[in-house]
Amino acid sequence: MTRRRIALAVAVLLLALFPLTGSAFYTELVTKVMILAIFALSLDLLVGYTGLVSFGHAAYYGVGAYVLGLMAPKYEAANLWLTLPVAIAVAGIAALAVGAFVVRVKGIYFIMVTLAFAQMFYFVFHDTAFGRGSDGISMNFKPTAAIGAFVPFDLANATHVYYFVFVLLALVFVFLRLLLRSTFGRALQGIRSNEHRMRSLGFPVYLYKLASFGIAGALAGLAGYLYALQFGFVNPELLSWHQSGNVLLMLILGGQGSLIGAVVGAFAFVAMEEIYSAVTTHWQLLLGATIIALVIFLPGGLASVAQRFQRKLIGGPPNE
Amino acid sequence: MDFYSFLIQLLNSVQYGLLLFLVASGLTLIFGIMGIINLAHGSFYMIGAYMAFSLSTLSGSLLVAIVLGVVLSMALGVFLEWALFSRLYKRDHLEQVLLTYGLILVFEELRSLIVGNDVHGVNVPAIFNWSIPLTETLSYPVYRLFMSGVCIVLAVLLWLLIAKTRLGMMIRAGASNREMVASLGLNINLVYRLVFALGVALAAFAGMIAAPVSSVYPGMGTSVLIICFVVVVIGGIGSVWGALVAALLIGLADTFGKVLIPQAAGVTVYLLMAAILLWRPEGLFRRGI
Repeated sequence: MTRRRIALAVAVLLLALFPLTGSAFYTELVTKVMILAIFALSLDLLVGYTGLVSFGHAAYYGVGAYVLGLMAPKYEAANLWLTLPVAIAVAGIAALAVGAFVVRVKGIYFIMVTLAFAQMFYFVFHDTAFGRGSDGISMNFKPTAAIGAFVPFDLANATHVYYFVFVLLALVFVFLRLLLRSTFGRALQGIRSNEHRMRSLGFPVYLYKLASFGIAGALAGLAGYLYALQFGFVNPELLSWHQSGNVLLMLILGGQGSLIGAVVGAFAFVAMEEIYSAVTTHWQLLLGATIIALVIFLPGGLASVAQRFQRKLIGGPPNE
Repeated sequence: MDFYSFLIQLLNSVQYGLLLFLVASGLTLIFGIMGIINLAHGSFYMIGAYMAFSLSTLSGSLLVAIVLGVVLSMALGVFLEWALFSRLYKRDHLEQVLLTYGLILVFEELRSLIVGNDVHGVNVPAIFNWSIPLTETLSYPVYRLFMSGVCIVLAVLLWLLIAKTRLGMMIRAGASNREMVASLGLNINLVYRLVFALGVALAAFAGMIAAPVSSVYPGMGTSVLIICFVVVVIGGIGSVWGALVAALLIGLADTFGKVLIPQAAGVTVYLLMAAILLWRPEGLFRRGI
């Protein structure tokens, strides 16, 4: 346990000091990874801890991004403190709305209906005037963090954005860790284990699942907002099922059922994407082949590799 | 809307619905019998359409292309089941979803490498390339009637296979209790392989006959897959009857939705799904072939 804590502390320290390396490209890349890590953490709550495999999570990610895109005025900067809470709230409400239908359904149906509802959202942003269509929305200015005359940090500066995202990632991580240790979080894990037992114990399972879905959606909306903030551009592909598939892939890369696994998975995914797209334009072929190989040979994700390695070195107990 | 316009839209709905049923029946069979959710099912539809395009260009005849295509797709199905899907039986849904998602990516890029990303048209075979006149200005293409007819014949054959043949009996038994069937001495692996090949062939065949009507384009696998999911959710997993009823409902909702409310064109199907989920979360028909 202590070894793990040290490893975690070292990783956090490395992340905190990373921008000091000075490379603008890598600072922005790691910012992108941290945003995806928040996205992956949000899905981990749903998939890893509540046992609800959603294939439509990108819908709320996209909604969060589009809130900024739609709220951003054309000729001045949007205000961070106004638009960020709105994005989180709208994404959460969208998730609750969909969840109300979808959470009543189990297993394979759940996967299919979440995908179908995400497609509906995609359609709204891709094909209707409301979402401005397939070209997406460009924002002329980054949001400003000004509170009156005081400007704590400048979101046009990549390093400031890095630290802003870093702090948010840490907050989300801590929030989820506390949530999962609470009664609510324990109940979710109980639902994942055995829903009938939880129901017979008197837990209102539907409401718990719905709440989990809503929180996961809200956090995904936060990640989406940060994406829009970093890139200044939103388009309907943020809601595509490729996006939903990619975030699920991050979970399996990192090993489900662990918060750190979600973050590791995000890093591993982006690393894979960068390496593969440098090799060939048909990098999705390599990605697909890797996914297939991973599922067949490494269902526990990269975390299971670490475990096996640890066992070989130390000869400890087979399961931690 | 006058009677003949209504009739045309009705025929279009039925044709679209029947085609969807063909694709969805493969999906629901594979899930109902083998317990595997196969996201790559839409890719088989796309592969069928592209095969129709390339083989008919090579051979000069769509009908020859279709026969060849069905044989090739069954071979593909057997290979895929042996290589990949046979490992998925004991796995959980997330892993099945991911592996088949990876397969979609592989198929799309392979198609891009082999045939490119262009949109292609396929010619309607000469025998069917005429229309039945309905009024002075309106007529209905015979090819679409042929498509509906073929789908109906295949649906009946499928029902006969499953309900009335020995193989069908083995399939139904294997769906109930795989280990028992195996311990009774039947080669359940072979049965599963055949069922999977059948599912792939159904999807590919649907792509092939749809090619002259809907043209052959890169995103066709994805769009058909999502609608198939809606069919299966509305109809109930594992129920072929349910898939038929749901597919026809969707055909009607989509076609008349596009005609009557063009602004909400793409969403009508999802609204229908949401409404049915409110009323019957398990789908219209429960599991049962």
